[in-house]
Amino acid sequence: MNVQSWTFLLVASSFALYIGIAIGSRASSTKDFYVAGTGVSPLANGMATAADWMSAASFISMAGLISFMGYDGSVYLMGWTGGYVLLALLLAPYLRKFGAYTVPDFVGDRYYSQVARVVAVVCAIFISFTYVAGQMRGVGIVFGRFLEVDVNTGVFIGMAIVFFYAVLGGMKGITYTQVAQYCVLMFAYLVPAIFLSLMITGNPIPQLGFGGVDQASGTALLDRLNGLHNELGFAPYTSGTKSTLDVFFITAALMVGTAGLPHVIIRFYTVPKVRDARISAGWALLFISLLYTTAPAVAVFARINLINSVHETPYAQVPEWFTRWEETGLLAFDDLNGDGRIQFVGPDSPLTNELTVDPDIMVLANPEIAELPDWVVGLVAAGGLAAALSTAAGLLLVISSAVSHDLLKRGIRPGITEKGELLAARISAGVAVVIAGYFGANPPGFVAEVVAFAFGLAASSFFPAIILGIFSKRTTREGAILGMIAGITFTASYIIYFKFVRPDLNTADSWWFGISPEGIGTVGMLINFAISVTVSRFTPEPPPHVKDLVERIRVPSGAGEAHGLNA
Amino acid sequence: MPVFNLAYNPREMDPRPDLPASDARHKAYWRRNIRYVGILLSIWFVVSYGCGIVFAEALNAFRIPGTNFPVGFWFAQQGSIYVFVVLIFIYVRLMNRLDREFGVDEKEDA
Repeated sequence: MNVQSWTFLLVASSFALYIGIAIGSRASSTKDFYVAGTGVSPLANGMATAADWMSAASFISMAGLISFMGYDGSVYLMGWTGGYVLLALLLAPYLRKFGAYTVPDFVGDRYYSQVARVVAVVCAIFISFTYVAGQMRGVGIVFGRFLEVDVNTGVFIGMAIVFFYAVLGGMKGITYTQVAQYCVLMFAYLVPAIFLSLMITGNPIPQLGFGGVDQASGTALLDRLNGLHNELGFAPYTSGTKSTLDVFFITAALMVGTAGLPHVIIRFYTVPKVRDARISAGWALLFISLLYTTAPAVAVFARINLINSVHETPYAQVPEWFTRWEETGLLAFDDLNGDGRIQFVGPDSPLTNELTVDPDIMVLANPEIAELPDWVVGLVAAGGLAAALSTAAGLLLVISSAVSHDLLKRGIRPGITEKGELLAARISAGVAVVIAGYFGANPPGFVAEVVAFAFGLAASSFFPAIILGIFSKRTTREGAILGMIAGITFTASYIIYFKFVRPDLNTADSWWFGISPEGIGTVGMLINFAISVTVSRFTPEPPPHVKDLVERIRVPSGAGEAHGLNA
Repeated sequence: MPVFNLAYNPREMDPRPDLPASDARHKAYWRRNIRYVGILLSIWFVVSYGCGIVFAEALNAFRIPGTNFPVGFWFAQQGSIYVFVVLIFIYVRLMNRLDREFGVDEKEDA
């Protein structure tokens, strides 16, 4: 069997598995549809949260980015895991006790205001759509490269699968497919990593292997890589080039953004008790850390392999994977000095670099570069699809519940029946799938920028509003609304200015205090906190029933059922 | 066709009795909770922002014993993640014990 038949077989059987699970877990009420009937066990919720969270960006892009950024790539590793500590300690247990169905639900009730609810709905929908676009690009890359079908056909197949289990099963269907998707994606990530670690270092555990000895040269692997980087004119791998302040701010924006992302927060509504919400955040991070501690090892292995296999290789003798990726346009060679050989060098080299590599291809190309068996290549394709589809489904549910619950039930049509709301939820999930499919077929050319945007917005809007809502009884409606608007406006303006209006000025010299657009969400968050606290001091105290609500969410007893439907 | 209802519509509260807001034990419970969170988040901050970022370059002069990892680099790409996982599980244990001590844990019939 060749690579393509293996890929086809593994992708098709994983899809069949997801469909089978979806048929077995249909939603019969809005409670099933929004929060899986709050009957998910903490362990299963931990796994589902891990799959929900680990997107195409984590699976496909992250190790490649780290591979190219070295130490600077740590912002993703710490930023996208450290946020779970904030979630577990500051948000999850209290939001579970509150027992709503959506994030705007909490914001609207805690701040006794429909304006706050609408601001939250707009943020939730915007954040989720930008994210979905990124997932669909991942689906397109995998299909285009491995199954050699047209990207649009690939996106259409992916959408059909998501449509099936998200529309039919809502949160209930999504949860159990995500558990399966976690197993598929984790297995697909670990197998090539273990192979690579054994081949390069002789140690089967990648987390230890990349701190070990390179078997080919007999020197420490990281020293060998730093040596190669020095030789080829790249910055040292283990030190990086970003300023310490910028690394600090980017890490903080990603951590806080993680804790403010609605599709992650709503997963903690699905467990039976407050105690379960706490422990399932622990399980989620444990499952996530399995991939996140492997990724930096994969990054090092991929870097070494890439340099060894392409630098000074005659173009006429490049391996098959090289030509195949060239066809996708994500790998490009331009023989500037006409010697017929590939020069892959950094900015400090006297030679001219002739190879451009999109970091997105590193994880997918890795098994081929290392000449691993064909079935491993197919497995990685199935894993990438699992990561993209599981996240896309979680995001689509946020969009659907924002429309059917927050806008219809809690806004325009309070009298809507249970059956009507369920139908509205299914229809809006269906419409959201179609819009996401459109983005997948016509991806905006600036997906990476837009994802940074989503984190900045989540960090500067939801996070302070929720934290203050729980930890400060004095925070008022006016404070929270003005804080959210100021935080978002500041962050969005800074990012739009440097990314879209004047991209030519997007350098450390023109940034405020050297803070890049990726890290500006941290400043937006601080502005939000400052304005919320100050305005709250000068506006009338929240009404007694709201203070009572805050007192109640601070103690676990009496959580019982989610009481989001009683308005 | 009703327009968007901008009047706030208060949510009905769970009728079961909780600790009264003024209760001294409730305040003591919340203070202990805040103290735990404060201590755990200080560790979270020192490990990631301290060892992994601010002091990373200085710590890179040393190696993790038995391996070839520069210390700052290891904290940024491995160590901080392990510490995060441990912190959450410690928090869960501390809080479950605190809930029982103050009798606010969720009963099986809740």
